[in-house]
Amino acid sequence: MHRFANPARFLKIANAVLPWAAGLSAVCFVAGLYLGLVASPPDYQQGDTVRIMYIHVPAAWMSMFTYSTMAVAAAAALVWKHPLAEVYAKAAAPLGAGFTALCLLTGSLWGAPMWGTWWVWDARLTSVLVLFFLYLGYMALVDAFDDPARGNKAGNILLLVGAVNVPIIKFSVEWWNTLHQPASVFRLGGPTIAASMLWPLLLMAVAFQSYFFAVVILRIRAGLAARRVQTLRLGQAG
Amino acid sequence: MDGFLSMGGYAAYVWSSYGAAALVLVGLLVLSLTGLRRVERTLATLEAAKPRRKREPKVGPVPTASPATETAP
Repeated sequence: MHRFANPARFLKIANAVLPWAAGLSAVCFVAGLYLGLVASPPDYQQGDTVRIMYIHVPAAWMSMFTYSTMAVAAAAALVWKHPLAEVYAKAAAPLGAGFTALCLLTGSLWGAPMWGTWWVWDARLTSVLVLFFLYLGYMALVDAFDDPARGNKAGNILLLVGAVNVPIIKFSVEWWNTLHQPASVFRLGGPTIAASMLWPLLLMAVAFQSYFFAVVILRIRAGLAARRVQTLRLGQAG
Repeated sequence: MDGFLSMGGYAAYVWSSYGAAALVLVGLLVLSLTGLRRVERTLATLEAAKPRRKREPKVGPVPTASPATETAP
């Protein structure tokens, strides 16, 4: 793992991965959208609103995946002072915030016709809202200091403290009574969802995941270049 | 086609969801690409303007001489 923390080596690998991630994402989006919007049946209870699931669930998975990886990066940055880990966390944050916003928004759009309400303050919805605020808080915090090193350190501590929220989100539907349904894909005993709906869901999930990899690589490249600009400017000033 | 667009009467909810997803994903991609272009341009002008010094930290896709230990995934 430490070998990949070398920015030059990382960039070499990342640039090789980038076109594959972008291509995979495009292919899976086309296939997933076709299966999700056209080829899959409406749900026998929820009608066509079930198609919101193909956006809502991948966005929710990605919101938790992104935060978890950022928390691991924050730990690596605090313990080993890897510059790449900090660049990664900063690069991933806006993407995670976007996924979380999308999850909350589509959840509302699904809840309104099916639950009869746009929002309830129950465990699952509230903990995801907290996740959204954690992303926003991290992004505000890392840029709130004149010294970027201090901003990164404060941001990394926030990420680590906020990591406690991830299992709370995951298990909120089991620990508390909630309007939100429990997991139906990643559960003991296998998915309880029909294959005609599982395929578009999984394709969209792969599309979101590879989209994330492609865009986060672009953002890491920008972050590394920004660090270099900063170093050069400091050199000029001194 | 009419049935497809009306989504069984839930068109407003379904299409807003997909529209929001397109907006967020394309928006983040465009912002990331323009941000990358901008910082790479700044870096290029800075590096062109300044005389080369020793002891520069190397950041960038500079190949290191250890091809035997690297394999693409």
